[in-house]
Amino acid sequence: MLQKSKLISICLGLYIVWCIPSATLAEKINIAVASNFAAAIKQLIEKFEKTSTHKIQVSFGSSGKLYAQINHGAPFHIFFSGDQTKPSLLAKNGLAIKSTQFTYALGQLVLWRAGNPSDNKPVNRKTLTSIKFNHLAIASPKFAPYGIAAMQVLKTLNITQKTTKKLVLGENINQTYHFVASGAAQYGLVAMSQMYKINPASYWEVDEDLYQPIKQDVILLQKAKKSKAALAFLKFIQHEDNLKLIEAFGYQSNLDKAPLVD
Amino acid sequence: MIFSDADLNAIWLTLKLATMVTFLLLLIGTPIAWWLSQTRSWLKAPLSAIFALPLILPPTVIGFYLLIAFAPEGPVGHLTSFFGLDSLVFSFWGLVFASCIYSMPFVVQPLQNAFETMGNRPLEVAASLRATPIDQFLSVVLPLCRSGFFTATILGFAHTVGEFGVVLMIGGNIEGETRVVSVQIYDHVEALEYSQAHYLSAAMLLFAFIILLSLYIFQNKKTSFGVRL
Repeated sequence: MLQKSKLISICLGLYIVWCIPSATLAEKINIAVASNFAAAIKQLIEKFEKTSTHKIQVSFGSSGKLYAQINHGAPFHIFFSGDQTKPSLLAKNGLAIKSTQFTYALGQLVLWRAGNPSDNKPVNRKTLTSIKFNHLAIASPKFAPYGIAAMQVLKTLNITQKTTKKLVLGENINQTYHFVASGAAQYGLVAMSQMYKINPASYWEVDEDLYQPIKQDVILLQKAKKSKAALAFLKFIQHEDNLKLIEAFGYQSNLDKAPLVD
Repeated sequence: MIFSDADLNAIWLTLKLATMVTFLLLLIGTPIAWWLSQTRSWLKAPLSAIFALPLILPPTVIGFYLLIAFAPEGPVGHLTSFFGLDSLVFSFWGLVFASCIYSMPFVVQPLQNAFETMGNRPLEVAASLRATPIDQFLSVVLPLCRSGFFTATILGFAHTVGEFGVVLMIGGNIEGETRVVSVQIYDHVEALEYSQAHYLSAAMLLFAFIILLSLYIFQNKKTSFGVRL
């Protein structure tokens, strides 16, 4: 009997030692991130976790899939979308907090050719308009933000008709990248943020007047309303140094940010 | 009409793909299954393992390797350009090729089982009556193993219709060429067109149920009438 109560008190003691600090100090949050932002968010999280006791678990996917998951109760705290529509829709449906929505990055489109850049002609606007390729990979223009922008480029350059039969569609920008990287498609209109390890001679930064800016918004989800960690991370993203970091990954950062209140 | 033109295109393409693949697999799979059922070679185990691989490998593995193989610089890409053929990547024939690999075990295994259950005796009898090998196949093997052929046809067809991962990875989502029903559903979901996704998904569910129902009814009949094979 004595032993049993001793055991219980030990267990209780251990429970208090382990659980209380983690419950009060450090929080673990889940964030959903559009796949084009993968490389940047990994560095941002690494930097954030160095100065914070909070831990961040990240899930990547296309914005559409993540949106559907959130709509059906996925346990995310923050949603980094690849566009503006989906965060706005979530706010409208009461699943996210409108006042926390802001543009964390402006995506940029590049025309990329895989393979050895030295033994080929330079990649530029002419590469696209001369249409000397069998396949041009783009993200799906039906729902992927970079795919919509890619179609705008083709339309502005007046080559929509001529390229229709050559287009292959990736379900998101990472798959589009993979189509080109594997050599299956010679060219692709992909995200500048994917070019950080790529030789600049093998891609062309598409002129910005050829497509509407790809505004990517983030929003705090309703169930994370009281999460200190989630709010801390959003504030961290808005810090000037971190916006610079985002720019280094091939985005333009946008400064009309939402005033975040505790 | 609850289906859009794009949906109907996808349905038509899927049926075309599955029919083509089933036909080719019956042609290729029958000799393979026959050889596997008859041989005593040490190669039987490793070859059986190779043909059963798609049962276990995730579609991402098959899709990933095929994409690299089909690319102009890949082994299959070299082969097709050597023979002056169009590249297989992002094309209907690429899907046919991939589906044949992917659905192979669903055709080979029922056939092999049927051949093994039949045994050699009927063929020995037929041979003693001077039936030629073709005659033996047509008038002995086919009727005796018809249940195996039925199962192989149904499973090969159904499995090709249900394929998604590989198609997504090597198809490039081209309407009328590689955008099959499973990919079309995925597109609808991604584009938040949930009602369209519902219609197509329900159609697929109904199709799968009917296919499996007919298979089980057929197999039940067979046993209740006491007919072996």
